[in-house]
Amino acid sequence: MFWDKKNETLKGEKLEALQLKRLKQTIRQSQKVEFYKKRLAENNIRPEDIKTLDDIQKIPFTRKQDLRDGYPFGFLAVPLKKVVRIHTTSGTTGKPTVVGYTRKDLDTWADLIARNMTMVGITDDDVFQNMVNYGMFTGGLGFHYGAEKIGMTVIPSATGNTKRQIETMKDFGVTTIHCTPSYAMHLSEVAEEMHVSLDSLKTGIFGAESWSETMRKSLENRLEITAYDSYGLSELFGPGVAFECPERNGLHIWHDVFLVEIINPQTGEQLGDGERGELVVTPLVKEAMPLLRYRIGDITMKIEDDCVCKRGQKIARITGRSDDMLVIRGINVFPSQIEHVLLKIPEVGNQFMVYVDRVNHLDEMTVDVEINRGYFSGELADLTRIQKKVVKELGDALDLRTTVKLVEPGSLPRFEGKAKRVIDQRGDKI
Amino acid sequence: MDVKKYVIKQISVFSENRPGRLAAIAHALGEEKVNILAFSIAEANGFGVVRALVDQPDKAYKKLSSIGFNVAFTDVIAVRMEDRPGGLYEIAKMLGDANINIEYSYAYSGKEGAVLILRVDQVIDAIEKISKSGATLIESSVFH
Repeated sequence: MFWDKKNETLKGEKLEALQLKRLKQTIRQSQKVEFYKKRLAENNIRPEDIKTLDDIQKIPFTRKQDLRDGYPFGFLAVPLKKVVRIHTTSGTTGKPTVVGYTRKDLDTWADLIARNMTMVGITDDDVFQNMVNYGMFTGGLGFHYGAEKIGMTVIPSATGNTKRQIETMKDFGVTTIHCTPSYAMHLSEVAEEMHVSLDSLKTGIFGAESWSETMRKSLENRLEITAYDSYGLSELFGPGVAFECPERNGLHIWHDVFLVEIINPQTGEQLGDGERGELVVTPLVKEAMPLLRYRIGDITMKIEDDCVCKRGQKIARITGRSDDMLVIRGINVFPSQIEHVLLKIPEVGNQFMVYVDRVNHLDEMTVDVEINRGYFSGELADLTRIQKKVVKELGDALDLRTTVKLVEPGSLPRFEGKAKRVIDQRGDKI
Repeated sequence: MDVKKYVIKQISVFSENRPGRLAAIAHALGEEKVNILAFSIAEANGFGVVRALVDQPDKAYKKLSSIGFNVAFTDVIAVRMEDRPGGLYEIAKMLGDANINIEYSYAYSGKEGAVLILRVDQVIDAIEKISKSGATLIESSVFH
């Protein structure tokens, strides 16, 4: 099923012509932003120098820090009067990043969400419970308006009160949910404790965190749903940037709306299909906040262009955002890798916390994980055996020695929003 | 001989090694009016197991589980010893001579005199050997 078949399946010369036309518009729009006006002038680039899509490589990258430096309204290309909504991103350090939307931007965004949901067979017959933050986080209102546009029955339940969420799902015959994958796992645990089976549920849309295939299988089994990966970021409207089709082998990114590059994060050079690197996107139709070559920091690659659904080229599932990527003794570690390992070990739970510290000049990683109820024999030796098993499995997967602490079931924090599972205590320690 | 009557239900509680965990366990049992006859703590790598002999093991199990603790029952046996110098030696020698392998053990001195609690891998076999050796086993009904 298609929401906008013509644009979703646009390929080849037709797509490139549209992209180039829109790129030129975007560059013109960007010149209303002081930062970009200066940036291009400093690099002796005139907007009319960009004649082909390849010419984009002349333009310097935009980084998240640039947007933070523009706080609050430095990146708006329209007067505030034309901005009908503001979102901010979850700022990990310092000031948040501010994103503005014109009325047309909001309409574009809702259409993208509608494309994604229609792509996986969701229609106006579906009942949709949106269990993410409805405030400054783009996941709440973003999905809300997209789902309403399709004509779904939307329940804006937001976050909190998991038991109520489950009752609502059951009583209202909810067919489709949207939340973070870790919250979905928590939901399934609580539903089990309540002895509630969620028979009406068919589809789960999970995003805002990177999650593994093992996690997908686990969620699908526990909730009896089909789980789809949703990708987006506030700077590019929010969710809706890329989404899995029923093939669930990579995410379709909307090429008529986003110009995609994969670069080598060290050199900045463009990489080809099948080469893993950092995702760089130039949104092509944004009015309020145009961006040029925005370095997202997420690691992915372009996948061969042959999906049976006939939509455009896909990107691989994100292995992690570079901002939750840890470098421990020179080894890159994504929390999703740890999760993947833990899901395969039945003796321990799915929740975990990672503590990184520096002891005697060496990075030390400690993983706290809950012992599962059914697996406590009462014997210390069995606990030690489980602990060693987790250490070994993590070591095999990460190529890194870790300390594993077994903690009591239910004692680790459960996250409803974006999970913050990593606490890096290294600071400036050497 | 009905060897089963000598099998005693110990409760084993998984606990993180951090302040207040023993207090939490003891408080919960106190609330349920469960009396702790003997206990010990075994520790390894940041976590431990609290082992306790209580008068109402099922009630203790239920209560501790309900407040989130990971609890298991473990079969142990209890041997009486003389509460005087050399008392432990006599028993320990008997166990050694009877070829009983002890996984862990703890002791207390109470109303019934001194008692040695033993966790062994082959409980029934150990009960038979200990009976033959001349030592006195204590029936579970004394505790529960």
